[in-house]
Amino acid sequence: MASLFSRAPIGQRSAVNEGALTRIALVLTAVVFLALFLIMPLVLVFVEAFRQGAGAYLEALKEPDALSAMRLTVTVAIIAVPLNVVFGLAASWAIAKFEFRGKNLLISLIDLPFSISPVISGLVWVLLFGSHSVLSPWLQAHDIQILFALPGLVLATMFVTFPFVARELIPLMQEQGTTDEEASLSLGASGLQTFWHVTLPNVRWALVYGVLLCTARAIGEFGAVSVVSGHIRGKTNTLPLHVEILYNEYSFVGAFAVASVLALLALVTLGIKAVLEWRYGNQLASGHRH
Amino acid sequence: MASAGSRGKRRVIPGFGISLGFTIVYLGLIVLIPLAGLVLRSAGLGWSELYRIATDLRTVNAIWLSVWTAFIAATINVPFGVLVAWVMVRYRFPGRRILDAAVDLPFALPTAVAGIALTALYAPNGWVGAYLEEWGIKAAYTPLGIVIALTFIGLPFVVRTVQPLMEDIDKEVEEAAATLGAGRFQTVRRVILPAILPAVITGFALAFARAIGEYGSVVFIAGNIPYVSEIAPLLIIIRLEEYNYAGATTVATLMLLISFTLLIVINAIQAMTRRRYGSG
Repeated sequence: MASLFSRAPIGQRSAVNEGALTRIALVLTAVVFLALFLIMPLVLVFVEAFRQGAGAYLEALKEPDALSAMRLTVTVAIIAVPLNVVFGLAASWAIAKFEFRGKNLLISLIDLPFSISPVISGLVWVLLFGSHSVLSPWLQAHDIQILFALPGLVLATMFVTFPFVARELIPLMQEQGTTDEEASLSLGASGLQTFWHVTLPNVRWALVYGVLLCTARAIGEFGAVSVVSGHIRGKTNTLPLHVEILYNEYSFVGAFAVASVLALLALVTLGIKAVLEWRYGNQLASGHRH
Repeated sequence: MASAGSRGKRRVIPGFGISLGFTIVYLGLIVLIPLAGLVLRSAGLGWSELYRIATDLRTVNAIWLSVWTAFIAATINVPFGVLVAWVMVRYRFPGRRILDAAVDLPFALPTAVAGIALTALYAPNGWVGAYLEEWGIKAAYTPLGIVIALTFIGLPFVVRTVQPLMEDIDKEVEEAAATLGAGRFQTVRRVILPAILPAVITGFALAFARAIGEYGSVVFIAGNIPYVSEIAPLLIIIRLEEYNYAGATTVATLMLLISFTLLIVINAIQAMTRRRYGSG
């Protein structure tokens, strides 16, 4: 692979590599584009957050509504992510280890939430549980609150993050086939033992990868939870919704301070993701191998 | 339901019934039943009512705005996405790994954070907006702002779809082209571009589909003026706040139709690619 400055000297044309000048121009264009377009918004978040100094920054984060938004966001993720992990494991086991009709349709249906607008992912729950729905009288009679409360936020988050774990596991487990499991079973291990000691270790880094992406999205989801939250300050606002409220109140330092926490989490996510791809790339689904 | 590929296989490995059963029940409860509720609700409106809302000028404007801004953003992402993928795959330069990881930033950064950051950046007093202002260009609170936000959101789709295919291109094919007398430009145009074209189209379609439904990164920068800079997902939320469920449902159904059409197109391209190039 060509280093930027090696091989073809300036002016000499090679048919397999671009000239050095072309190479430098291409790299510079790409770097400038990424810096302007991706890095600058990120830098701006931190600059704006610290505009009035570290004191104001910390003050904004210690505010009770911000703290309650953090707690709510963590609670939602703690419920939604494990459920999607269980689903991902079940779905990948069924799809990768067995042959059955309708498998491709099932895979497409699992990916469905990715192609649906987040706002629609929230709307479907409002239509199902809202005050005008068929379920509404029953819910009211039993005093069950789903919308504008934790259950609604969890359901909307589960819908949006539904495919993340499954889509990391399915292709990898399909590649790995069933020989390891068959060997383990023929040596007398039970089905559960085989799953714990053979299948799970085989896919552990892909599982970590899927959980990472699923958690990041669960924490950062905005459109879907915005529809079901009801925006009750200190009660049903997740961190991203709290950012919106502060921003719309022109409390910019507060909005960017809370946003900087989310941005920091995004950076940590990208860091772990890069390490996983770099260190364990051969144990991830083929799309992530660099 | 189970027709085991090789006989006896399904008897060796246990857990088929329970894992498939759980998968289908969970898929049904979390995704299919709620979506079916939406479709039933819009069907319950009747054709004439559906048609009336769907052809309402505000609905038409919102959906058209979401579609054309998403299309332009995805189009911008094609040359830049291919360039970024090429540079990452073919060249080695300091900071490459970090930039490569940064390409996924729009995936990882919560959309609301991207939204307020882009708005502050492109507002008339922002770092970039101030320069644009001197040229008489207004970015924030106009459709141009929407295109900027959607381009930000869509970039990783093109890069990450094209990159693996580029890594797979056999250097020997390029050498063969060169030996046969092709110049570098000819080799790129006639050997490399055809090889990555299906991935480019898929990446474009994915970025396009994502951008049509995008909400968080757009609402802050859009300006949200009805008929002018009001995107379709925002119109759904506005209709819900007015307790106009028929309106919200109809806009959502139209958007679903568009997404599913795109999904079918993407699947068809991928199936075609797999047939031609082996497993994709």
